[in-house]
Amino acid sequence: MNLAVCLKRVPDSTAKIKIAADGKSIDPQGVEFSISPYDEIAIELALRLKEKLGGEVVGISVDPDGNDVAMRKALAIGIDKGVMVKGGVNFDSYATAQVLAGVLKARMFDVIFFGKQAIDDDSFQVPTMVAHLLGLPRVNLCTSFEVDGAKAKCKRQIEGGEETIEVALPCVISVNKGVNGIHDKRYPSMKGIMAAKSKPVETVAAGPFEPTLELVKLELPPERPAGRIVGKGVEAVPELVRLLKEEAKVL
Amino acid sequence: MNILVFAEVRDGKLKRPSLEALSEAVRLAKTLGSKVGVALVGEGIRGCAETLGKYGAAAVYVVDSPRLKLYASEAYAKAVVEAQKKLGAGAVFMAATALGRDLAGGVAALLGTSAAADCTGVTIEGGKVLARRPVYAGKAYATVGFRKGPAVVSLRPNVFTAQETGGAAAVEELAVAFDEADFRSAAKEVAQTAQGKVELTEASIVVSGGRGLQAPENFRIRDELAQVLGAAVGASRAVVDNGWRPHSEQVGQTGKTVSPNLYIAIAVSGAIQHLAGMRTSKVIVAINKDPDAPIFKAATYGIVGDAFEVVPALTQHLKKVLAS
Repeated sequence: MNLAVCLKRVPDSTAKIKIAADGKSIDPQGVEFSISPYDEIAIELALRLKEKLGGEVVGISVDPDGNDVAMRKALAIGIDKGVMVKGGVNFDSYATAQVLAGVLKARMFDVIFFGKQAIDDDSFQVPTMVAHLLGLPRVNLCTSFEVDGAKAKCKRQIEGGEETIEVALPCVISVNKGVNGIHDKRYPSMKGIMAAKSKPVETVAAGPFEPTLELVKLELPPERPAGRIVGKGVEAVPELVRLLKEEAKVL
Repeated sequence: MNILVFAEVRDGKLKRPSLEALSEAVRLAKTLGSKVGVALVGEGIRGCAETLGKYGAAAVYVVDSPRLKLYASEAYAKAVVEAQKKLGAGAVFMAATALGRDLAGGVAALLGTSAAADCTGVTIEGGKVLARRPVYAGKAYATVGFRKGPAVVSLRPNVFTAQETGGAAAVEELAVAFDEADFRSAAKEVAQTAQGKVELTEASIVVSGGRGLQAPENFRIRDELAQVLGAAVGASRAVVDNGWRPHSEQVGQTGKTVSPNLYIAIAVSGAIQHLAGMRTSKVIVAINKDPDAPIFKAATYGIVGDAFEVVPALTQHLKKVLAS
């Protein structure tokens, strides 16, 4: 199987976000960048599929700065090779999808995996848009994924239920945490880290795209008004309930 | 600028977040002197048109077919775009539910643009749509402007107020020419996993439990409190990573983002990635035995104490208060 995993370099989920002076980007000072956690789940799913069915896992990453720190991690974890796409623009899903589709259409993949969202712009759009641009079926938010001959059997979580979807290969799949019981990423071994050094990474320039969104402003959320400690232990319960009912009016 | 709203129907009922999106569209259209239409897509869904009129829709475009009984990503997107064209809409709104998030990307792709996902504010200035949305899981907010129309916007549940305005919509059947490719990603079946349970992202009250509850069986005290309040239940990442609760309950940056009227955090320390997922809640209550726990910085009201004593007492007290 030829498997692609699209992965994005994002600030680590524990990072404290500060806004840069331009008001449109984050201050990278002191921020550790990593693979978006849902993409790590997609990598693990692709690696398990390869271990079962054979083939190759190719990482593809679009990065405006061409920074390959996430790709290097993915290679150390175990993907076979990488394609670094330098260019594109952040916070514009359709632009990213155009760039990715441009790279993907020249290569043959049976499944193109994504994490359900990147944890920076939290947009959820790119997998669907890539599928549309490539004319492939798509299933987002997969919680279960099995290849059955020329088909993929998927389950997706929806509010209060689970949908079953069957799509023909090739297809575009975005995965949720917990897909096929995968809750955690695979960690690179020392051998993996050494092997990564000799794995091929092709660097290509992003193809043409049409920007559709303009990032006008990035700001921190308003500070929550200071709260208060109602009291200690069980004795504070009646007062808390009174406040919820009479002051906050949420009961 | 006319606005089209996609109305989501589950089990014959309009979803509340769709009515919230419709009400916001109606409020915006009122200031612009424009019209709001609704795309109603599914099987046997005509009956919902009346309610949509009451919430201020001027027109309802019904795309009703047995093939649309279950969600079909491409077909639903096509139906919405047909309705958008019919209305001449410059913006398409939908609720950022699991379905809405999928649909927004599909609709936007058909229109050759991006969607602004999970928005908490929308303004239309001089024919330009600006959307405000949480990014970095709510650690920051981005305001994005559409360089070209139509704008596709999904609205976060529980942020906008659904409001009846009275009125009746003109109902129009829309014939959409579907082909096989429109159903290649269609759902084959839906299994109910949590019948009668309140959905976490749509709930007006959420009760979450953290690692301080010490063991999976102790989540009973969280569940009992939630039941008294009619609340949905959540959990912290540590709890999910330990396998005590399923990922579907996880609140935080790698889980769900919620903004209920009331969020009760039981024995949750308040790691930055958890706060990111719930800090837009209107009122936050923290119950934790560690007075220095970061959760207290985000909390509206806090009780310092042992959750195993405080929570059952709170449940009992609420039972009495809510019954009276």
